Amino acid sequence: MQPEPSNPRPWLVVGAIVVALTVDPAAQRQASPSAGNLKTVSHVLNRVTFGPRPGDVERVQAMGVGAFIDEQLHPERIKDEALESRLAGFETLTMSTRELVETYFAPAQQQQRQRQRQNQQQTARQTPSTNPNPQEGMMMTPAPGPSAAGQPSPPTPEQQRAQQLQRAAQQELTESRMLRAALSEKQLQEVLVDFWFNHFNVFMGKGQVREYLMSYERDAIRPHVFGKFRDMLGAVAHSPAMLFYLDNFQSSAPNSGGLPPQAQQRLNDPRLSPQQRQRLADQFAQRMAQAPRQARGLNENYARELMELHTLGVDGGYTQQDVIELARILTGWTIDQPRNGGQFVFRQEMHDTGTKTLLGQTFSNAGEREGERALDLLAIQPATAHHIAFKLAQRFIADQPPASAVDRAANVFMSTKGDLREVVKSIVTSSEIMAPSAYRSKVKTPLEFVVSAVRATGATINAGQPLVAALQVLGMPLYGCQPPTGYSMTADAWVNTGALLNRMNLAVQLLDGGRIQPAGGRGPNGGAPPVRPGQGGVPGTGQQPAPGRGRGRGPQAQPFPRGPIVIDSSSLAADTSSASRDRVVQHLLAGDVSDSTRQTLARAETPHNLIALALGSPEFQRR
Amino acid sequence: MMTRRIFLKNGSLALVSLGFTPAFIAQSAKAAEARRKILVAVFQRGAVDGLNMVVPFGERAYYASRPSIAIPRPGQGDGAVDLDGFFGLHPRMAALKPLFQRGELAIVHASGSHDETRSHFDAQDYMESGTPGVKSTTDGWLNRVLHAQEHEKASPFRAVALAPNLPRSLQGSAPALAIGQLSQFGVRGGGNSDMLASSFEEQYAHAADSLLRPTGSEAFNAVRLMKEADPTRYAPAAGAEYPRSGFGEAMKQVAQIIKSDLGLEVAFTELGQWDHHSNEGGSQGQIANRLDDFATGLAAFATDLGERMADVVVVTMSEFGRTVKENGSRGTDHGHGNAMLVLGGPIKGGKVYGKWPGLEPNQLWEGRDLAITTDFRDVFGELVTGHLGARDISKVFPGYTYKQKLGLLRT
Repeated sequence: MQPEPSNPRPWLVVGAIVVALTVDPAAQRQASPSAGNLKTVSHVLNRVTFGPRPGDVERVQAMGVGAFIDEQLHPERIKDEALESRLAGFETLTMSTRELVETYFAPAQQQQRQRQRQNQQQTARQTPSTNPNPQEGMMMTPAPGPSAAGQPSPPTPEQQRAQQLQRAAQQELTESRMLRAALSEKQLQEVLVDFWFNHFNVFMGKGQVREYLMSYERDAIRPHVFGKFRDMLGAVAHSPAMLFYLDNFQSSAPNSGGLPPQAQQRLNDPRLSPQQRQRLADQFAQRMAQAPRQARGLNENYARELMELHTLGVDGGYTQQDVIELARILTGWTIDQPRNGGQFVFRQEMHDTGTKTLLGQTFSNAGEREGERALDLLAIQPATAHHIAFKLAQRFIADQPPASAVDRAANVFMSTKGDLREVVKSIVTSSEIMAPSAYRSKVKTPLEFVVSAVRATGATINAGQPLVAALQVLGMPLYGCQPPTGYSMTADAWVNTGALLNRMNLAVQLLDGGRIQPAGGRGPNGGAPPVRPGQGGVPGTGQQPAPGRGRGRGPQAQPFPRGPIVIDSSSLAADTSSASRDRVVQHLLAGDVSDSTRQTLARAETPHNLIALALGSPEFQRR
Repeated sequence: MMTRRIFLKNGSLALVSLGFTPAFIAQSAKAAEARRKILVAVFQRGAVDGLNMVVPFGERAYYASRPSIAIPRPGQGDGAVDLDGFFGLHPRMAALKPLFQRGELAIVHASGSHDETRSHFDAQDYMESGTPGVKSTTDGWLNRVLHAQEHEKASPFRAVALAPNLPRSLQGSAPALAIGQLSQFGVRGGGNSDMLASSFEEQYAHAADSLLRPTGSEAFNAVRLMKEADPTRYAPAAGAEYPRSGFGEAMKQVAQIIKSDLGLEVAFTELGQWDHHSNEGGSQGQIANRLDDFATGLAAFATDLGERMADVVVVTMSEFGRTVKENGSRGTDHGHGNAMLVLGGPIKGGKVYGKWPGLEPNQLWEGRDLAITTDFRDVFGELVTGHLGARDISKVFPGYTYKQKLGLLRT
């Protein structure tokens, strides 16, 4: 449900609608002031938001496109009460990583460690720890339904509960993201969160990343989408999520493993008593032991992607040697207790203390400061400005964005030193975005399709998980992009025969209560049958449901008789009359459809079918 | 009036209107489709224990390392199925022995990816992208295989994954379909399915949208072709009995697609639950049950296809193997080298290929795992060039030079 739009001239709006409905359909299809305005406003809403809701077009018509864009560029001025109250029950959203791990992830980890300890106690002689990453041994997937790998017997209640907890945390994250996209008034902010997360992609399925994800999006991405690029870059570079995903937390100087020279010197101090020396040695050993076990030397992964994907771009003018040098600079950027939900920490003993040369600049031994300097350097490069401008223009204007818009945005980036609000503003207020060639030039990604569908129909979202499942069905699972390139934002990735059929089927399912199930269930262990958590709690144990679970979000609980997603067609189409068809075309498709589409709508036998045909139409696939 | 482009035997295209197709054109179209070479990739997700799948019973160290989970020697109770006096199959894979004897099954042992990662995700990613160690590859090796041989008007069923989502191996710009259930392929709208399907089809057929119109038309063309193939009435041939499992169902559907002459070239199936860190079992138990499913599915597929196996090669893979030594919970942990199975009429089977590195402690990789003597890309590469006929293998495996030809194919 959305708040009443404040509208100082309601009679004008009503008049426009009355005129639109009573005008001869043939004439309506031609350019007329109200129809043209409808197309323009719809276009803006499709670019700057995830799509218009009922009433949005009228509101923007009344306030003016310019004022609307300006409002969206300043989310701090926008009230978002409906979303905030909706998210109030999501306990994990405000937790620190440490709290999150302790409450939701530690139980399963503890059980895994218990099993491993039992293993080791049973061996006749010490087996080297062969599974240094306990989580890798278990199937953890973005989609619900993990199971414990290799378990000979059904999971115990404790194991079930531990699995439930992990799944609950993941579900709060994915569900809240869909709810934000669908319900937030700060639409441009959410569009940009999606963009920037994708730009700085991490993959939920890799080990501990899922524990760091909540904080990553909340603390490293969202606060900075209208801020300075350098600030977001720094937040990402310090984030455990990125350091883990791209392995930098393990990257160390080739000669580390022994004590750093200063530490060795202190130990060699002849004034130390034997006890003092021992105590000091123990302290050093403890610190060394806390360094990641698999620190095997330099890992170039993050350094490469930092330049290739995050800043300069693949043709940004760096060399393989630059990759190595940047990797050397970033040694020591690691995570304290990486398998335990720890925070960023800089470890001098892992850091390469030699001199480096990056993009022609010299970096001498300055610890963590070297990395900060490197980020400063990358953030101000023209190649970075161009790369970011190109990607933003691609998202907002066209798959092949006009060079004029890209250059302009890049110049704004340079002159404002990476003020992302100004860069985005230059794109969304450009003449290029309003040019006729930009109209419906973009194909919606699966996320944009699903969210625009629930927005356009004013759907009541009783449960968000079906929307999460819908993305999985369409091949764009949230946080589920494995390579660091992130999901493609261009049409060719998403338009294929299977995908189109899936969209049509999803449109039908949305209108039928939205009971969308995720497809199969795959993880590293390949779709082992999911553990069934039972209704709400663990049966027979008297245990409470996992925190935040008691509201019917599990796959078995169905407290919503009409379905998890309910589209009340009566406001859009009370019947299948010609007037209803026109309303559907007007409100879902900006009044702009081919004769063919219009004719097929006439075949709909129910209002639900009518709306489904509109949502699955080729026109609705574009924005 | 709907038309359909067909690929005639001489390579030219013909535009044929449905419903008026002269029988002989339909015949030659089918003939052109029928003898296409087909590659079926089967991924065992979770790192199958290759040493219990293809048992090196000739290795003393095998038995010394696995006091509770080793498979007994052939001839003993529940013993391995002897292949060549040194290697044997797990007893629950006996269904594959006849294929081995007929020369239609080859095994490449001690194969895999040289990359050191022990992460399921990374290793699967590397094997499916075909670029070990490189994380930024966005497409899969099987998709690049499709590019290596473009067809002017390829069938919409040219590349099919029997899975709910397109696997990494098939992701990329060449069109590929993920189909969970053949019988459900299409527009599903309950009682209104026909009306919805025909309405959507018309919308896309007349869209002034140069991207969505052809793709939409293709989609409905594919749905129609599938309906004609009538998947709900499929009966496996020659008494082939597929296991009642996801994998069995998937292999049966691959066979269906092949026999329906829908223009399949590349198929992908997968099966999981191989990650046996505890209580793996030996001749009985967890891995035994999984291997039963696996082998029975493959054998049924071969039986079902019969003489059409002359055009088909099945290759199995897994992201890495498992430790030689069993661990403290009668299981195994992540290892390195593994065994790949290669089946089909074109295969020079009846042999275990690859250089066997041995299982003595000084022969192990990192002191614990079966070493790798054949890169998985050598196996894939040989099949893609020799069987599918791709000319430029470097495009399929960028950055890799073909190391050795094993001689897996009959020339």
